[in-house]
Amino acid sequence: MAKGGLDAQARQGYTLIAPPFLYALLILAAPLLTILTYSFLTDGYLEVVRDFTWANYVQVWTDPIVRTVMLRSLMVSALVTLVTVLLAFPVAYYVSFLVRPEKKSLWLFLITIPFWTSYLIRVFLWKVILGYNGVINSSLTGLGIIDEPLTFILYNVNSIVITLAHAYAPFAILPIFVALEKIDRSLLEAGRDLGESRAMTFWRVTLPLAMPGVLAAVLIVFIPTIGDYVTPELIGGGKIPMIANLIQVQMLALDNRPLGSALAVTAMAIVALVSIVFLLINRRFLKVRS
Amino acid sequence: MKGQGRGLQVYALLYLLFLYAPIILLPLFAFNSGTIIAFPLQGFTTDWFAQMWANATLRTALTNSLIIAVSASILATCLGIFAARASTRFEFPGKGGMMGFILLPMVLPEIIVAMSLLVVLLGAGVELSILTVILGHVLICMPYAIAILSTAFSSLDKSLEEAAYDLGETKWSAFRLVTLPLVMPGIISSLLISFTISLDEFIIAFFLAGNQPTLPTYIFSQLRFPKQIPMIMALGTVLVALSIVLLALGEYFRRRGNARMGGNPTGGFL
Repeated sequence: MAKGGLDAQARQGYTLIAPPFLYALLILAAPLLTILTYSFLTDGYLEVVRDFTWANYVQVWTDPIVRTVMLRSLMVSALVTLVTVLLAFPVAYYVSFLVRPEKKSLWLFLITIPFWTSYLIRVFLWKVILGYNGVINSSLTGLGIIDEPLTFILYNVNSIVITLAHAYAPFAILPIFVALEKIDRSLLEAGRDLGESRAMTFWRVTLPLAMPGVLAAVLIVFIPTIGDYVTPELIGGGKIPMIANLIQVQMLALDNRPLGSALAVTAMAIVALVSIVFLLINRRFLKVRS
Repeated sequence: MKGQGRGLQVYALLYLLFLYAPIILLPLFAFNSGTIIAFPLQGFTTDWFAQMWANATLRTALTNSLIIAVSASILATCLGIFAARASTRFEFPGKGGMMGFILLPMVLPEIIVAMSLLVVLLGAGVELSILTVILGHVLICMPYAIAILSTAFSSLDKSLEEAAYDLGETKWSAFRLVTLPLVMPGIISSLLISFTISLDEFIIAFFLAGNQPTLPTYIFSQLRFPKQIPMIMALGTVLVALSIVLLALGEYFRRRGNARMGGNPTGGFL
């Protein structure tokens, strides 16, 4: 790194950050650029032909199957995000506002443990819990509450949503918790002193101040769930594919790398677009704050 | 206040139950003598654990997974130390962008990382093996390592190093004798977390391992066969117990590190 004009501090900084940065360039940036290039090339028999074309994107945007799967992925991710964040907020609120300070890290530890345990087995167990002869259905029929197994939780989009909402719970709780922890408690007292009810104080003080955390939670749940491969495969039995499954099929099973790349790039572009919109909203909230 | 607190507490406990539901069921089925994973439970048995112990493919998968997880956690932590040190100690143009790029795999869907890497490796004619899995795992463990290590490095008192320089230590010996011991708990915690992530990672291992099994890919292949599932439940029980021990250790070291530098013991793994 020939940076003669820079001061010693900057030079040291560059020297230190070089190894991890070069690693990321090599293992992440180069592959991403490759699929970006592939997405504009033509698929030949057994090889990729170096002819520039828009055809892959035209196909991605016009093929009804791709559109169905893409919309389903977006809908599932949106639902998962909504459910996860709504369920997580009261827990984050409880831990931040009502748990005694010395107990807080224990609660956070308890919340994060399930997240680190075998993802595949957790997903599979949700299938066991929700399935036709599963824990929920067999207990309910055993107790005589229902005669027929509940079908709305059977190997469908609902069961995918429940499984993913479980898998990404800590991702939602932690950012909201951090945002709530930052709230100056005297602001809440001020709200109360000025005659606001508890609900109104929550609505007009706590919630706006917690918003950056909520938006961070939305992004951090939305982005990975849209690319989830395992849950549709295991829970949906491969019958309700999401975008990740489609990319995998194009890339490997059908060996159409240009089309698979175009799918991947399109998916990333959609995710990036959604993220940017949310970051812009977040900026508004941050501005209100300062 | 009391009423509101009680309601929220009940909700939070129910939520914990929801989080732990699969983990509670796991040992129930692992020790259940019935071959079908459903209620009512049959009787107590440890056969599935014995079956698991005798399984040769599983042993290969375990060895592969351990080699991958140990290598990936060490490499990710080493690279993480560089990045965490650079970001907490030095200011330079473009720092935010470079750090953001290094942290990108944390939010990028894994399928994208796996697929793009696979395309490049196949294009370059690299043979898929556990080595290619290590390459991918280092990439996805690095952001978590950096997150943990940055906390450790940022609570470090700069004047301690300066004191060491004044006392005649070189840059490297000051780092080795003063900084390193102080951030050691962070390093251990980063190693443990990276190890746990790598051991459990499926997507990258699934696509980049070629025909080498790792624990998650082996589990995935067996989930299709109902006969094998009780054994997989036993394996899951062992894995869950193992990750809880590792995480508890990681948390212990993180807190000890915080206490050593006078920090407050709140915060989590992320």
